[in-house]
Amino acid sequence: MGNVLPGAVAKSLGIVIGAILLISCIYASIVLGATKVGFSDVVQSFTHYDQSSNNQIIIKTSRIPRAFIAAAIGASLAIAGALIQAITRNPLADPNVLGINYGASFFIVFAITVLSVTSTTSLMWISFTGAVVGAAAAYLLGSVGRDGLTPLKIILAGAALSALFSSFTQGMLVLDEQGLSDVLFWLTGSVAGRTMEMLSAVWPFMAASWVAALLLARHINVLTMGEDAAKGLGQRTLAVKIAAGIIVGILAGCSVAIAGPIGFIGMVIPYMARFFAGTDYRWIIPYSAILGAVLLLLSDIAARYVVRPEELPVGAITAIVGIPFFIYVARRGLERA
Amino acid sequence: MKPLFQLRSGKPRAAMQLHTKILTVTAALTLLNLALIIISTGLGDMNIAPVDVVKTILGKGTEDHSIVIHTLRLPRIIAAFLVGASLAAAGAILQGIIRNPLASPDIIGITSGASVAAVAFLTYFSGAVSIKWLPVAAMAGAGVTSVIIYSMAWKKGVTPIRLVLIGIGINFLLVSLTKVMLVLSPIISASEAYIWLTGTVYGTSWEMVRAMLPWTVIFIPLAMVFARIVNVLQLGDEIAAGLGSAVQRQRFLLMWISVALAGSAVAVGGGIAFIGLIAPHMTRRIVGPSFEGVLPVSALIGGLIVVAADLIARTAFMPYDIPVGVFTAGVGAPFFIYLLYRNRNARS
Repeated sequence: MGNVLPGAVAKSLGIVIGAILLISCIYASIVLGATKVGFSDVVQSFTHYDQSSNNQIIIKTSRIPRAFIAAAIGASLAIAGALIQAITRNPLADPNVLGINYGASFFIVFAITVLSVTSTTSLMWISFTGAVVGAAAAYLLGSVGRDGLTPLKIILAGAALSALFSSFTQGMLVLDEQGLSDVLFWLTGSVAGRTMEMLSAVWPFMAASWVAALLLARHINVLTMGEDAAKGLGQRTLAVKIAAGIIVGILAGCSVAIAGPIGFIGMVIPYMARFFAGTDYRWIIPYSAILGAVLLLLSDIAARYVVRPEELPVGAITAIVGIPFFIYVARRGLERA
Repeated sequence: MKPLFQLRSGKPRAAMQLHTKILTVTAALTLLNLALIIISTGLGDMNIAPVDVVKTILGKGTEDHSIVIHTLRLPRIIAAFLVGASLAAAGAILQGIIRNPLASPDIIGITSGASVAAVAFLTYFSGAVSIKWLPVAAMAGAGVTSVIIYSMAWKKGVTPIRLVLIGIGINFLLVSLTKVMLVLSPIISASEAYIWLTGTVYGTSWEMVRAMLPWTVIFIPLAMVFARIVNVLQLGDEIAAGLGSAVQRQRFLLMWISVALAGSAVAVGGGIAFIGLIAPHMTRRIVGPSFEGVLPVSALIGGLIVVAADLIARTAFMPYDIPVGVFTAGVGAPFFIYLLYRNRNARS
């Protein structure tokens, strides 16, 4: 595995450059789109907010929430992906591929169409429950049998669970056509049209999970040496895995609650993070967070331009980015990765 | 000596031996299908006794019955049978040549390929081009997808595992492409396309049945001709090559038959899921692994399942007509999970 940035100084410098890149992307996400806005509009919307200015209204109510939501979700999904890849020892693991996002989606659609839940906070908890159920099911199903958890088995388990959850979701939506038009765009994965309130409802949980992931990084390092080695070093591997699973569940659950199932960020980004930062999860996790935020912001900007005047769901862009990578890894062979 | 029934054509390649058990099972399933089709035709908003159904089909029924049966129910039910039979046969072929019990046209993306093409057809050409071309569009989609999956998985030959993995990846891409088309299309056709995507035989006309029938009656028997090849391929690539099989070429050929069957079925029934997975498994339980038996029995079981599922879908929740795909997926996905569990010790 590559380690382009040797040494702590180079890696810290990388983080600084990444942060600058991230801020530029957030700025680009705010100013680019169907309505062009300028730097002065952005500054004024913070300093002298003028409700009669269309540009400033767009910035405040649409662009800023969208940029911050994309950044937060990109970072969350990337960290979730890094953790799952570590626990399952599978380079293709990702909240989408393992059926976690679909589990959360199913729970949300069920809550919206059958239970008529509308509050974002409730939806977030429901989504979290769905994500944890999906993750636990994929993990258990992938690890039954003599050789335990193999990378192939967990992918197949994820495919089965995705199919199961999405068919139930389809069943509910078919019975409820009104519901269909409400959730179709959301089901494809999008950060458009979300409000700041949605982010503020989940933001504390996301941030806490990021910190928790960083704190867990040292134990993850031990775990990636192999289950037996970790046990030999006195680690309670089950506890570490459960902690990581809960963090993944919260991060994926919050992301799905806001933006629907966005795939492949969690698969591609940890790979890039390892390329820059090597094998130490104390570096991989912050790198994943920054790169994930940047990738989702860029994908979202692209989503606005590809089929103008309409807009693509950003999940489609991330799939187009992620699939070639998936195929590349599948061709190379899972076991060697 | 086991009781065998022999069929032999001029060339020894097309010879086959059928155990009498297979013949018995086939006959029994054929009767069961006929019975279910007649019962199903009688049930609905207006209930008609099986005797009257038979009379009407033979042209001796009342005018009312004739309209209900001939224009509404029969084409739908026949379509359900054909779709089920084709999907099951496609799955049986695929599982035979890929040697993976988890392979089925919908898991590795062939069905999604057909769906993408069909949804594109429905949203962009609906009205402009005759619906008769829908099967062709779906089959083209399935074909192109198969070529892509196959060439992506090719690396000095194709291994089953790589094919399944690449298929799952491509499936993700196609599913999101389909959703993009739905999101970008006007909402009315989107909900139509969404129901279609779930899999339904609602409102099938004789025109659609006639468009599909040739594909089923040509390709299932054609697959029978290659039955011995599939039997050899099932032994594994090394053994098959050792026995003189041109493994890669034959697998490619058989995959095309599977694609034609799956594509035509998707065109008529939409994304009816998991039939290609379940039916061959049930079949192998009954008649064993020999492909001469697996293919026809799978087709009959597949037809039976879809006809039964459609009967439940349109009668159990009246006035709702639920897409049959919801039911097949509801049964199929847990079964898939069970298979994963049962094959837990299989080496990847």
